[in-house]
Amino acid sequence: MSIDTETAARVAKLARIKVEEDALPALAKEFSDILGFIEQLNEVDVEDVEPMTSVTPMRLKRRADEVTDGGQADKVLSGAPDAREGFFAVPKVVE
Amino acid sequence: MSELTKLTLAGARDALKKGDVTSLELTEACLGAIEGAGALNAFVHQTPDLARDRANAADERLKAGDAPKMCGLPIGIKDLFCTEGVPSQAASRILEGFRPEYESTVSAQLRDAGAVMLGKLNMDEFAMGSSNETSVYGNAVNPWRRGNDETQLTPGGSSGGSASAVAADLCLAATGTDTGGSIRQPAAFTGITGIKPTYGRCSRWGIVAFASSLDQAGPMTKDVRDAAIMLEAMCGHDPKDSTSAELAVPDFEAMLTGDIRGKVIGIPREYRMEGMPEEIEALWQKGTEMLKDAGAEIRDISLPHTKYALPAYYVIAPAEASSNLARYDGVRYGRRAKLSQGDGVVEMYEKTRAEGFGHEVQRRVMVGTYVLSAGFYDAYYNRARKVRTLIKRDFEQAFDAGVDAILTPATPSAAFGLGEMAEADPVQMYLNDVFTVTVNLAGLPGISVPTGLDRQGLPLGLQLIGRPWEEGDLLNCAYSLERAAGFVEKPAKWW
Repeated sequence: MSIDTETAARVAKLARIKVEEDALPALAKEFSDILGFIEQLNEVDVEDVEPMTSVTPMRLKRRADEVTDGGQADKVLSGAPDAREGFFAVPKVVE
Repeated sequence: MSELTKLTLAGARDALKKGDVTSLELTEACLGAIEGAGALNAFVHQTPDLARDRANAADERLKAGDAPKMCGLPIGIKDLFCTEGVPSQAASRILEGFRPEYESTVSAQLRDAGAVMLGKLNMDEFAMGSSNETSVYGNAVNPWRRGNDETQLTPGGSSGGSASAVAADLCLAATGTDTGGSIRQPAAFTGITGIKPTYGRCSRWGIVAFASSLDQAGPMTKDVRDAAIMLEAMCGHDPKDSTSAELAVPDFEAMLTGDIRGKVIGIPREYRMEGMPEEIEALWQKGTEMLKDAGAEIRDISLPHTKYALPAYYVIAPAEASSNLARYDGVRYGRRAKLSQGDGVVEMYEKTRAEGFGHEVQRRVMVGTYVLSAGFYDAYYNRARKVRTLIKRDFEQAFDAGVDAILTPATPSAAFGLGEMAEADPVQMYLNDVFTVTVNLAGLPGISVPTGLDRQGLPLGLQLIGRPWEEGDLLNCAYSLERAAGFVEKPAKWW
């Protein structure tokens, strides 16, 4: 399957990665190569095969729905590039 | 001094117990070796003060007679593990400056077992790579060379720094992680031992996530006994990882008897790849004979879906990565791009991720985004998960028919030159994982054991794949192979 530059631009947008206009053709070609490789999977008969959800058959553990941890806002914020007054700070989100 | 760094974990442990050496002496010897090995670029964050503190504490405990199993043994930790107060950036620019407030479960267990952390080890960015060439710290370098040729070789990846450091005797052992072969391939490239345990054996909590359904931590060591010792310390149930298994951890070292009489070793015909170097084929044959001579029954088996493992992996791993790496948004940790006047939150995400992620990581995140996007989810992602079911079934059928372990080559070649693959398309690099990736998809334990040298003098490894949860048996098979192969070569020091 061949990926065009428009699709490459759309994927970059979805992934929230800025890709310059002039880098799109090369990116589209790389996608095409990788997807071409992946397309071998179409040779496999997967009729009636369940998609794997868990490599080890297991049921997720249940626990009571109650607070087990918390009250560490300072530690949580300590790695942030911009934190103020107990909050993460970001550029303006709404106009 | 430098002789001390050549010790195995078992050798150092016994010497410490007898009082022939102190942990501080061992630690100083390693710190000295690291200091002199800048050319290998294996250790990227050194923690000498922390190491000396822990060594002193270990010496106290040894004196008091309450030494835990790895008391006083100096090790390196892959940069993928979060370590409290110590830079942990998965070799990525986007985590620049990040010092976690917490310790990963595995590194905490090693610390509690008395191990001394010397520092953090180089790797491919977010563990995405097979040559350690995608690291923000620059390439890690293999201590091995092709005879007198000075070409710098890759130590493999993604745990390239770990492999280089252990092979060059900068530390006694190191942690690695393995999503598609990232412990076993670098181990094979550097003549050391590396085991990826069964999915769920080691807690993933606090290890920077790449592909959560495939990621497992494991030890990278100088021999099989050390792998048994260190794996035991790393394993165990952790309530903070919902996929961590609630199973007792056996004494793996005690299971190393070397007796594999009557064990059935499967030789999968699909691993005989077209264009595989003759030397790899010959080594595999030799390994088969060694196990046979040790009393194992050799059986030809078929794992028919092997061919589809790599393409399935390159759907599933990027898909999970695109989801896991969504958290690097310039808000909660690490680096945020400089913004221009008027830039909003979307520009912040896009610029931060464009300058924070390297090329390979960007590519995988975008491929993952594509295969999960509306209209392609069924055609790519669901199909790959179905193929994964079939790959696992292949192994189950072999084990149900009585096979105890499976012997394969670890890698399709010896270590290649740094930069040699720069012009190749990404798929060429992915082929490095062709023998290892099936094991991650099926969640099985796999170990790479050094078994010989190629004609250029570079190490080659064989891989043994075991039944789920039977790492003890697998280690014992590997121990038998190791004894028969008698691999003792070390790289000549040039750095």
